[in-house]
Amino acid sequence: MSTAAPSAQPGRTSLRDWIDMYVVAGRQAVMEALQYRAANVMFMVHVLIEPVIYLVVWSTVANTQGGQIGGYTAAQFAGYYIIWTLVRQFNLTLGPYNFNWRIKEGRLAAELLRPVHPIQTDLGFYLGYKIPQTLYWLPMGVLLWFLFKPEINAQLWQILAFPLALMFAFFVRFTFMWLLGLVCFWTEKIDALFELYFTLELLFSGRLVPLEVMPAWAQSVAAFLPFQWTFYFPIEVLLGRVQPAEFGWGFLIQVGWVVGGYALVMFVWKHAIKRFTAVGS
Amino acid sequence: MSTGIRVKELTKIYKVPEREAGVKAAVVSLFKRKFKDVRAVDGVSFEIEPGEIVGFLGPNGAGKTTTLKMLSGLLYPTSGELSVLGYLPEKRERSFLQQITLVMGQRSQLNWDIPALDSYDLYRAIYGLPLEQYQKTRDEMIEVMMLGDLVKKPVRNLSLGERMKAEMVGALLHQPKVLFLDEPTIGVDVTMQRRIRTFIQEYNRKHKATVLLTSHYMADVQALCKRVIVIHHGKILYDGAFSGLVERFSAMKTLVVTTSEMNGNMPDLTKYGAVISNESNRIALRVSKSDAPQVTARLLADLPVTDLLVEDPPIEEVIESVFAMPSEEAK
Repeated sequence: MSTAAPSAQPGRTSLRDWIDMYVVAGRQAVMEALQYRAANVMFMVHVLIEPVIYLVVWSTVANTQGGQIGGYTAAQFAGYYIIWTLVRQFNLTLGPYNFNWRIKEGRLAAELLRPVHPIQTDLGFYLGYKIPQTLYWLPMGVLLWFLFKPEINAQLWQILAFPLALMFAFFVRFTFMWLLGLVCFWTEKIDALFELYFTLELLFSGRLVPLEVMPAWAQSVAAFLPFQWTFYFPIEVLLGRVQPAEFGWGFLIQVGWVVGGYALVMFVWKHAIKRFTAVGS
Repeated sequence: MSTGIRVKELTKIYKVPEREAGVKAAVVSLFKRKFKDVRAVDGVSFEIEPGEIVGFLGPNGAGKTTTLKMLSGLLYPTSGELSVLGYLPEKRERSFLQQITLVMGQRSQLNWDIPALDSYDLYRAIYGLPLEQYQKTRDEMIEVMMLGDLVKKPVRNLSLGERMKAEMVGALLHQPKVLFLDEPTIGVDVTMQRRIRTFIQEYNRKHKATVLLTSHYMADVQALCKRVIVIHHGKILYDGAFSGLVERFSAMKTLVVTTSEMNGNMPDLTKYGAVISNESNRIALRVSKSDAPQVTARLLADLPVTDLLVEDPPIEEVIESVFAMPSEEAK
C-alpha cells in the first residue's frame, strides 16, 4: 500500500486528461462488446431485419407505382435502407430503459460519487462502441449491397461530409436519449412515455420511410423536431441527394440541436439530481 | 478548514406514498394520493476527528445508510448542518468527490463484463491520477488484498468475497481521505472478512484516513472501531467507546459457577437467576446487574464453589437487545 500522505488529487486539469478519459471509457466499450461476440452478431441480425422489411415493402410499392415513389426508385430505396443500417449502428446509444436500470441497480449512485458527470463517461463509452459496431456491420452491409444492388450517387464531397453528419446524428440522439432518461428521476413507470417517443421517432426521423415519401404535413412537423437529423439527414447526404448549401444548413441545425439539447440536459439534471433520493439504490 | 466530519441536527424525511390494500383503495388512490412522512434520520449530531475509525451501528432501517448517503452527497438533507472535510457534501464539488469514497457492500461499482483491472484504469482516468502513482497504489493494494490474477478475470466470474475485495481496491485507488463503508463485509466468509478488515486498518494507519463504518458483524466493529455510534429509529442512542456499549445497554450479568462434585444434591438453581446452561458441575446464570453481588454471595455460601466468573453478556446479545427496543425506549 502506498505510504504517500493523502492529499487532494490533482484531478483532470488539461484537455489531454479529458481525452484520456474518453479513450479509456471507449476502450471499455470495445472490450465489453468483444466479450459478447455472439450476442452482438445476433443483435446485428435483429437490427438488419427492420430495414430489410422496409426495403422490400417500398421497393415493391415503387415497382408497382411505375418505377418510383416520392422521387425514389427501387434501387434508391435499397441505397436508402442500406445506409440506414450503418446510421442505425452509429446512432445507437444509452436507451432510457437502461437509465432506469441504472437508477434501480444503484449504478447511478456509484457514478454520482465520481468527480465527473456521468454523461461524459457515457459519451466516451458510446463513442468507443462505434468501433466494434462498425466492424460487425461491414460484412452485413456488403451482403445487403450484393443482394439489393443499390443506387448511390454520392460525389466525393458528400462521401467526405457523411462522417460528420453521421457523428452529429449520434450526438443529437445521444443528447435526447439522455434527456429522456432523466424522466426516470420523476417516475419509475416510464414505458408508455418511452414508447410514445420511439413512435414519434419512427415516424418523423426517416426511420420508417424517407421523409419525402411522407405527406406534406408530416414533413412540416418533422422540421420542428430533432429526429430527422439522427436518421434522414446523414442517409440523404451519402445517397447524394443533398446539395452543399443544404448540407451546410443541415449541419448547423444538427449542431444547434446538440447545443440546445445539452443545455436542456444540464438544466433538467440540476433539478433531477435534487429529486434523487437513492432509497434502496 | 475543518478536516473531519461535523453533523448537527441532521434530519432526512422521506415522503412515502401510502394506501390500504385492495382494489377499492387502488382505485381511490388514482384520484387521491396519500403520502406519509417517514423520518429516516431525526436530528442526529456527532463529530468525527480526522483519522478516527467509527462504527455506525443500528438495525435495518435505523437510518445508517441514509446518513452515509447524506455525508457523501448522494442525498439532500431535509434539515440540519453537515460538513465533511470542510465541504457541504450536497454541493458535490469535484474536489470533495476527489477525496471521499462510499463502498456499499451490496452494490457493485465495477463493470461486470470486463476485468477489474480495466475498471481500475477508468477510475485512474476519471480521477486524473498520475500513471506512476496509480500503478504503485494499485499493485500494492492488489498485493495486500491477495487478489493476484483475479483482477484479470471478468468481474462476473468472481466469487462474492473476491468481488468485494476487488471493489475495495477500486474504491481506494484515488486515496480518499474519508471512507464511508456500508456493510463492506456482508455475505463474505470469515477469512475474506478478516482480509478486508486488515486492509481497512492498514489504509487508515498509513493514510490517517477517517472511516465511518456500518456492519452487522460485531467482529468487524470490535476489530476496527474504538468508538461506536448507535442509531435507532433515526436517533442516536449511544456515542462513545465500544467498550462502554455493554455497560450502557446491558442490565444483566452472567455468573459462571464451577462446583465440586455434589452427588445429585444440586439445589433449585432458578432461585438465583435464569439458568443459561447446566453441564456437569459448571452452571451459567443470568442475573440483573444490581442483583449480581448478592447472588454471588449466596452462591458462595450455598454451594461448594471452586471457581466463579462474573461476565458481561456477549456484545451480539447486547446489540440485539438494543435493536429490539421500541422507538419510545430508544430515545
